[in-house]
Amino acid sequence: MSGVRVLVGTRKGAFILTADATRSSWDVQGPLFEGWEIYHVKGSPVDPNRIYASQTSGWFGQVVQRSDDGGATWAPVGNGFAYDGVPGTHQWYDGTPHPWEFARVWHLEPSLSDPDTVLAGVEDAALFKSTDGGENWSELSGLRGHGSGPHWQPGAGGMCLHTIVVSPRDPNRIFVAISAAGAFRSDDAGLTWRPINRGLRSQGIPDEDAEVGHCVHRIALHPAKPDVLYMQKHWDVMRSNDAGESWFEVSGNLPSDFGFAIDVHAHEPETVYVVPITSDSVHFPPEGKLRVYRSRSGGDEWEPLSKGLPQSHCYVDVLRDAMAVDRLDECGIYFGTTGGQVYASRDAGDTWEAIVRDLPAVLSVEVQTLA
Amino acid sequence: MIRVVLPAHLKTLIGQHHEVTLEVGAPVTQRSVLDALEARYPVLKGTIRDPRTLRRRPFVRFFACEMDLSHESPDDPLPDEVRGGAEPFFVVGAMAGG
Repeated sequence: MSGVRVLVGTRKGAFILTADATRSSWDVQGPLFEGWEIYHVKGSPVDPNRIYASQTSGWFGQVVQRSDDGGATWAPVGNGFAYDGVPGTHQWYDGTPHPWEFARVWHLEPSLSDPDTVLAGVEDAALFKSTDGGENWSELSGLRGHGSGPHWQPGAGGMCLHTIVVSPRDPNRIFVAISAAGAFRSDDAGLTWRPINRGLRSQGIPDEDAEVGHCVHRIALHPAKPDVLYMQKHWDVMRSNDAGESWFEVSGNLPSDFGFAIDVHAHEPETVYVVPITSDSVHFPPEGKLRVYRSRSGGDEWEPLSKGLPQSHCYVDVLRDAMAVDRLDECGIYFGTTGGQVYASRDAGDTWEAIVRDLPAVLSVEVQTLA
Repeated sequence: MIRVVLPAHLKTLIGQHHEVTLEVGAPVTQRSVLDALEARYPVLKGTIRDPRTLRRRPFVRFFACEMDLSHESPDDPLPDEVRGGAEPFFVVGAMAGG
């Protein structure tokens, strides 16, 4: 029987929400790893029973958990995230050099072909890889070593590598994004990297079209068009038609082009979703109305989707990894809020309902479509 | 027998909600107790001490016998009461909040 499993990371544990293909009734499992911050939970695309979770604490550091049975049971795997060689320094908030220090794993990206291979994006920004199911980690240090690393500065949330996208057409092509360094691409499986920020303009940096220094919030693509990238930047929704070689703005008629989350419809490569947030200093939706905006034209022209979402006195945020889609025939869209709701749409965004409420603040939402 | 009391987050991590008892050979120090603790529960590696330097994580404290031992040398002997099992060695998450 087909169905959906929604993996939710929160400030105080993880939750697993499951439903059959009707998506009308949801079972809630959790909290798992109670009391710990769960930055990200994501399943392997080739083995849905294999799930990885980033469990972290400002007090007690980083743990990576792995499940081999679809989240029923979990076991800790390796947490040895050691930077390659002498890690050197990056810029601190005040512009002084600051040693690279590992803080946590923000994002886990399982391989598209091998359940034992997984990438981890960490703070302070770096990319790690495991080929043994998370037991051992080694840094893909060409990213930090490509030259601009000493000039990277943290965003308000820390200097984190939060986005990892592997091209479904070419597994050697990897896109990552770092706050606040920008987007980078490797075409050799992570050995060497270069910035891909041409066309981005950020008023918060001295040279607003600099090669690095942009606060990219998230990047998404559709597997059928792997050269078309959509980006929610700090401000601006951007699009690239050439795998990041150049970007152009597609914010169009959005009420605010600040936001964190962005994703693409499972079956329509030109249908894109964002959740506008008022501003970088006001992290809640414009007018206190929670609205997802959908573009069916690959950007520029956006329509608000609000049916079933709170349209008054709503002051939650939707964080960068807190939106995902399922792959059922009628694409489902899911997002979580810092108020602890997870909203789902069974009709590509036309209508919404909360499938769970009152969780701790939601950090991440991922969806597995089960055969 | 050395008794160790862990904070709630680490109890959750090891799935053991009571105090932990360890056999620790002489000398009984912070280092030898934590080595034995991590040998029993490898998942604790990196949660109390930095996994490479073995220095105490910044927001972890060590208490025993109503004393804060956090800033003592990791190789100093622990109090007799801890070595004899009369008092536990506390691993504590530093108080924070507002």
